[in-house]
Amino acid sequence: MPTLMLRKFEKVCAIIDKHGNDAARLIPILQEIQEEYRYLPEEVMTFVAMSLGLSPAKVFGVASFYAHFALEPKGKYVIRLCDGTACHVKSSEGILNALYKRLGLSAKVPTTKDMLFTVETVSCLGACGLAPVMVVNDKVYGQISPEKAVALVEDIVKKEDGPNV
Amino acid sequence: MCELRDAAEIVFKGRAGLRKVVICTGTGCIANGAMDVYAQFIREMTTAGFNIVEMFRGLDKVTDPLKSIYLSKSGCQGFCQMGPLVKILPEDILYNLVRPGDVREIVEKTLGSGAIIERLLYVNPVNKERCRSQKEIPFYQRQSRFVLKQCGELNPEDIQEYMAIGGYEAAKKCFIRMTPDAICKDMIDSGLRGRGGGGFPTGRKWEVTRIQADPKKYVICNGDEGDPGAFMDRSVMEGNPHSVIEGMMIAARAIGADEGYVYVRAEYPLAVKRIRMACADALKEGILGDSVFGTGQKLHIHVMEGAGAFVCGEETALMASIEGKRGMPSPKPPFPAQSGLWGKPTVINNVETLATVPLIMGMGIANFRAIGTRTSPGTKTFALSGHVANTGLIEVPFGLTLQEIIFDVGGGITDKKGRIDPEGFKAVQIGGPSGGCLTKEHFDLALDFDSLKSIGAMVGSGGLVAMNRSTCMVNIAKYFMQFTQKESCGKCVLCREGTKQLLFLLEDIVEGRATLETLDVLQELAGAVQKGSLCGLGKTAPNPVLSTLKYFREEYMAHVVDKCCPTGECKALAKPEILADKCKGCTACVKKCPVGAITGEVKKAHTINRALCVKCGVCAAVCKFDAIVGV
Repeated sequence: MPTLMLRKFEKVCAIIDKHGNDAARLIPILQEIQEEYRYLPEEVMTFVAMSLGLSPAKVFGVASFYAHFALEPKGKYVIRLCDGTACHVKSSEGILNALYKRLGLSAKVPTTKDMLFTVETVSCLGACGLAPVMVVNDKVYGQISPEKAVALVEDIVKKEDGPNV
Repeated sequence: MCELRDAAEIVFKGRAGLRKVVICTGTGCIANGAMDVYAQFIREMTTAGFNIVEMFRGLDKVTDPLKSIYLSKSGCQGFCQMGPLVKILPEDILYNLVRPGDVREIVEKTLGSGAIIERLLYVNPVNKERCRSQKEIPFYQRQSRFVLKQCGELNPEDIQEYMAIGGYEAAKKCFIRMTPDAICKDMIDSGLRGRGGGGFPTGRKWEVTRIQADPKKYVICNGDEGDPGAFMDRSVMEGNPHSVIEGMMIAARAIGADEGYVYVRAEYPLAVKRIRMACADALKEGILGDSVFGTGQKLHIHVMEGAGAFVCGEETALMASIEGKRGMPSPKPPFPAQSGLWGKPTVINNVETLATVPLIMGMGIANFRAIGTRTSPGTKTFALSGHVANTGLIEVPFGLTLQEIIFDVGGGITDKKGRIDPEGFKAVQIGGPSGGCLTKEHFDLALDFDSLKSIGAMVGSGGLVAMNRSTCMVNIAKYFMQFTQKESCGKCVLCREGTKQLLFLLEDIVEGRATLETLDVLQELAGAVQKGSLCGLGKTAPNPVLSTLKYFREEYMAHVVDKCCPTGECKALAKPEILADKCKGCTACVKKCPVGAITGEVKKAHTINRALCVKCGVCAAVCKFDAIVGV
């Protein structure tokens, strides 16, 4: 393999080595790569396939099967709104619509142009006792309303704009 | 016998005057700020001059119990809605909704002089009395916490505490003094059935795997709890991870496995962290590793994080996922017991099932069988959520009735605005997207595996979502179909295409395009998907549709024939109306309506112009007199 390419994928190489070049470890490998890049770029997946002796189609097949893997870059703040049964019956839909409206997003366009926010729904976060629930990156917010959700977004926007003002 | 000892007794024996402060750090309480409360306790206790002990081992160094506090985190105590929860022992005081600003007062008054802070106690909504301890709270009174007993008492991140109460002794007994076939026989006799949904006898599963000739075998813990509305496995993994590991060890010994996997959903980062920590600590103690309890027998347990696919809760799909493949189910037979992970005999059990195993080995079969019903011994944890006063994690013996769960434990049904509504009950959805709904006619049904099966529902993983009368059942059926349609892996035509068509039919109904024929097609196709799918996901996907069709046919008829959604949830068919006898003419709705569709004079009944109305529901939300209906 050309050295230039190896250097470009240095981090990926380290992750693959850590898992002993084992094709059975494909999912943990992709998970760690995604943590590094925040999504799975196509050329990285091809590189992983080559290193593990798999076909690129097989790697892409796995990556596209699991909801956790992102094939497109995501925003700096990933807002995951729970749409599990408990959250659903407590009107999570209204919260989603409020977020979409505030950020000008939709199910088809989940990430803002400035790459600051991605809004997605998840089936259940397992915090049903606090329904409706929303997670911003890793922080869980319980018993939210459309107003509280939008206020959280405003807070982040203010924080991000802060130094420039 | 190696029954678990009382955690409090171990801590306080010979240390008179010592106090233990337990802060719930389940996902729910953390979301409500439990970690800030914990940090504040450290600051305030330090200021007040207390010697803080954070790990069980540190108790040995306590010289002045009166000036020492054992500050501990715990797993989920179940009452998520009232979090963060702070428990003070040995007095057994439970404070709820504790904010960092309350901590100084707790340290000064309760820890300093033993005084109780009334405003932080839970108020019983029925008699308005304040409950001093957990035992006085009605939510807990009807429960019997068995698997969850240690969640909320032990520090899940401290193996020493688990061992001090007798943890890992059941596993030790199995490894040192019991033969694999004796363990399998005990499990069969105990009558334990899988808590993951199907209710298959655990002992039989183990026995079939034990007798396989292959020397390499695996044990897997299925922690891919994907049912929306279910979170008991998360709570057990977060709250008492060592009990899960111990259960896996006993299973491994029973079948002769030397390697195991815990497969945890990626959506549960805290559970992943705590299970990983538990495995590492057990390895350090020589409980896991190359020589388990010094017997020379090997057992290594790996933790694998899922990647977000509901179908991976199905055992063959889960194993494909561990092997690094797309998580698609494969036909059975061969069963995992014969040919599982990498073609080797494999036992795969659910989290709650495994956590029950050490308790059975400790307490003895007869004692275990005394709990629950004859065919379903033991307890079941349920995640109670939706429109009930008390939401959270509960554990009850099998055989309790639906009425007892909803009204005694759950505290009754709430309306749209969160107030108790004695007449509000409509249905309970049990078993998630694979389950069905229970109605008023099932109030007296004693819930267990067999009684639920007999009425076309299932225990499933144990999600119980209560729904009040403002919930549209057709919309709920559509919601579940959306879920299974999205999660169908695409392998079987009937599941992949059938669920899509079922969803289209339901959309036709809620958007007013359906005819009576739609209902017949819906019923017929639902039956076909049930028969023609390979795995549990497809086979059970039509259950919510069939069950709502059976019990709430009149709601379907209203959508199809009258083109009206009685609850107003289906916007296309909502027919908002102001009840003239209830409207006081306060004009609150007039001011809030975004399109000016409501008119009326002060102190006179208002009217809605349906031609202008966008059915946003804001008016109904602001009305204090419940005068606006149908939206």
